[in-house]
Amino acid sequence: MNRFAELLDRLVLTPSRNGKLTLLTDYFRSVEDPDRGLALAAITGDLTIAAVKPAMLRALVVERMDPVLFGYSYDYVGDLAETVSLVWPQPQGHIPNHVPTLAEVVGRLQAASRSDGPKVLARLLDDASISARFAIIKLVTGGLRIGVSARLAKQALADLGKVDVAEIEELWHGLAPPYTELFAWLEGRAEKPRSAALALFRPVMLSNAVDDGDLEKLEPADYAAEWKWDGIRVQAVCEGGVRRLYSRTGDDVSGAFPDLAAAMTFEAALDGELLVGDPREATGTFSDLQQRLNRKSVSPKIQQQYPAFMRCYDALQINGEDLRALPFAERRKHLEAFVEALDPSRFDLSPLVAFSDWETLERLRQAPPHPIIEGVMLKRWDSPYLAGRPKGPWFKWKRDPHTVDAVLMYAQRGHGKRSSFYSDYTFGVWAGPEGAEELVPVGKAYFGFTDEELREIDKYVRDNTIERFGPVRSVRADRKNGLVLEVAFEGLNRSTRHKSGVAMRFPRISRLRWDKPAAEADRIETLQALLDR
Amino acid sequence: MRASDLLKSRPEGLYCPPGDFFIDPVRPVERALITHGHSDHARSGHRSVLATQETLDIMGLRYGEDFAGTTQAATLGETVDINGIAVTFHPAGHVLGSAQIAVEHGGMRIVASGDYKRQKDATCLPFEPIRCDVFITEATFGLPVFRHPPDHEEIARVLKSAAQFPERSHLIGAYALGKAQRVMRLLRDAGYDRPIYIHGALAKLSDYYQSQGIDLGRLEPGTVESGAKADFAGAIVVGPPSAFADRWARRFPDPISCFASGWMRIRQRAKQGGVELPLIISDHADWDELIVTIKETGAEEIWVTHGREEALVRWCELEGIAARPLHLVGYEDEGD
Ligand SMILES: [Zn+2]
Ligand SMILES: [Zn+2]
Repeated sequence: MNRFAELLDRLVLTPSRNGKLTLLTDYFRSVEDPDRGLALAAITGDLTIAAVKPAMLRALVVERMDPVLFGYSYDYVGDLAETVSLVWPQPQGHIPNHVPTLAEVVGRLQAASRSDGPKVLARLLDDASISARFAIIKLVTGGLRIGVSARLAKQALADLGKVDVAEIEELWHGLAPPYTELFAWLEGRAEKPRSAALALFRPVMLSNAVDDGDLEKLEPADYAAEWKWDGIRVQAVCEGGVRRLYSRTGDDVSGAFPDLAAAMTFEAALDGELLVGDPREATGTFSDLQQRLNRKSVSPKIQQQYPAFMRCYDALQINGEDLRALPFAERRKHLEAFVEALDPSRFDLSPLVAFSDWETLERLRQAPPHPIIEGVMLKRWDSPYLAGRPKGPWFKWKRDPHTVDAVLMYAQRGHGKRSSFYSDYTFGVWAGPEGAEELVPVGKAYFGFTDEELREIDKYVRDNTIERFGPVRSVRADRKNGLVLEVAFEGLNRSTRHKSGVAMRFPRISRLRWDKPAAEADRIETLQALLDR
Repeated sequence: MRASDLLKSRPEGLYCPPGDFFIDPVRPVERALITHGHSDHARSGHRSVLATQETLDIMGLRYGEDFAGTTQAATLGETVDINGIAVTFHPAGHVLGSAQIAVEHGGMRIVASGDYKRQKDATCLPFEPIRCDVFITEATFGLPVFRHPPDHEEIARVLKSAAQFPERSHLIGAYALGKAQRVMRLLRDAGYDRPIYIHGALAKLSDYYQSQGIDLGRLEPGTVESGAKADFAGAIVVGPPSAFADRWARRFPDPISCFASGWMRIRQRAKQGGVELPLIISDHADWDELIVTIKETGAEEIWVTHGREEALVRWCELEGIAARPLHLVGYEDEGD
């Protein structure tokens, strides 16, 4: 238990991806079964333990200590799980003679009935160290919040066994905690587990961005073009009566889109884009799609207003036949014939874009027929469906990003390598009547600049600080003084959370405009005009 | 004699009217008794100073030899008479030279703790509980959430991390007086025998500790002259916390920032400060040490100063011990 607790403590404070991977692989390498598999399940969200409510936790602790002292403590720390882990009084004369393993903790929690759950929890806390208490409370209150995605945990497994992460993702949904057969394979002690379960996720094929000069080297006739839809890349798999809708990282998202899942009455694995609307009439915008995202439950009303459908790109398997080794041209034929027979309100085909040369395609790309198109995809006619991001067969050629000239307002110190630099920037544009202009923040960016530029901005921030709050500095920014940043972004959404009323998607610093006077930076109306388009 | 006639708070600090002296005054006074060398307790410019020899030496190093008009070294356990008041210094276990000060007159004994801790520390003498009528305790970590783990466990985490990330350097933020030397000594006691790189601000005091027989092993300046960036791969570097936000820190390869402080018990504190590896090592008593100490002094009355008074006063009330906060201004716990 203590090693798991220590791992959580380190992960939550380690900002870099590589640092997290090292901590995870070291843990998986040094901890035995079944503890490591249970830890893995806790991190990927695949561990089920009956939840304990915060009110119950609080009741447990104030039975054991003065409520006033608990109140002072909670006020100071601000987090219930952490406060309880710190103040939990060990019973008089109680010296635990054995540190429970993670497996014992999980076993006892899973075996507890609803009524004796709190008592079991209390006994576990009595025996645990402070860090272990924190980890136990996190397990029972749900949500470790350690900044590690399931995908990253799987990457750590791949590093451990020196295999491709795609192999792990392909296996994943057929495995269950504590994953002993998976670890045995990764450590070379056993054969690769066979995927026995139905409707498993197949690792998806991804594209590379078109770089300057790439197209000159490519023959237009070798490639098919299709629109790049800015929805959610999904994989719909139905096998032997099991239906699953997966995100591109293999998370099962069927629950969030019950309307689409209900229409999945076929035997196949299809790759496509999840969008909202009725494909026969109109495709919804990104704002419409957002109505369906990040919701715990989807009301019938929302489902009706913003129905989900799938625009199909590719067929990986049809009626038991694996098509992935076939060339794209062949797969496309299979796909066209197959989609024909599906519910037309829930499935349609992503149309191909006819073109003869790159100039023609460039013109089409600049003026796409729908706002939710973010560019074109190029797919080699002869390419098989390959997991990952192979260089060459698939390209994405995005619409040029929007840019805006904004003024640097706040800078925050970075993490890890960048912890001695002010590297996270909040920027704003002008608002208000002439003569009384004010900057309103419109976004935050922390990449897009070179190391040299980072040093220059850092110096500028230090030389022009007007106020500091913790790791944040407020930078001089008025009509006469201020650093203008050219910010590139992919799109805008309306936002009620931001004072400016807009939220940028993927903002990044594209140029430093040392030459530009602050007063000449853009106004909020420029952004608002983009919103209304 | 009533306790409040023997010691009372004045804007300059804690004052003894019959003895006409101050303990740890924050402004220049005629006669000052000083518990230890941290800058919020030991200030320059007093007419005369009574403190342990180590504290006097440390003040000399920090403020220059003329930091006071006259100085007198107090020997631990030996009583000095000041205007008829019996004054005795006893070890406080906080930093090298730190002392509690017992003030006694007419059958009334008050002990002013200064800063103290109970965990053992190879760089200073251990705290001795003194029976008294009134105990003036610090309360820097006076909340039940502060429970310091054994220091060797914390140091073991640094060494484990150094083995896990051999290509990176570990920067340990530790205050210049006391904490820094304790951390270095703990590294040595854990068997770490490579040179430890130190920020320039730690050099004088670390040399002084070594001259007092506290072996810190080989210390090297953490400067560019000591090597190129790659040469610091795997290195452990100790410096004052303020230095890590500076350009100074950039000479080290992909540093993991560590901070040795009792405040690191709270995750949010570590997060806000960008600390990747918090080390809960404190030179102040934690909650459990505070209440054990209060009991051991046998004091009937507790005055709480220096930090979070309300929780400790509440605990005393529950235990049936008279307690009140003693409001003294100007102490900012430099030492943690
Ligand atoms: Zn202090
Ligand atoms: Zn101190």
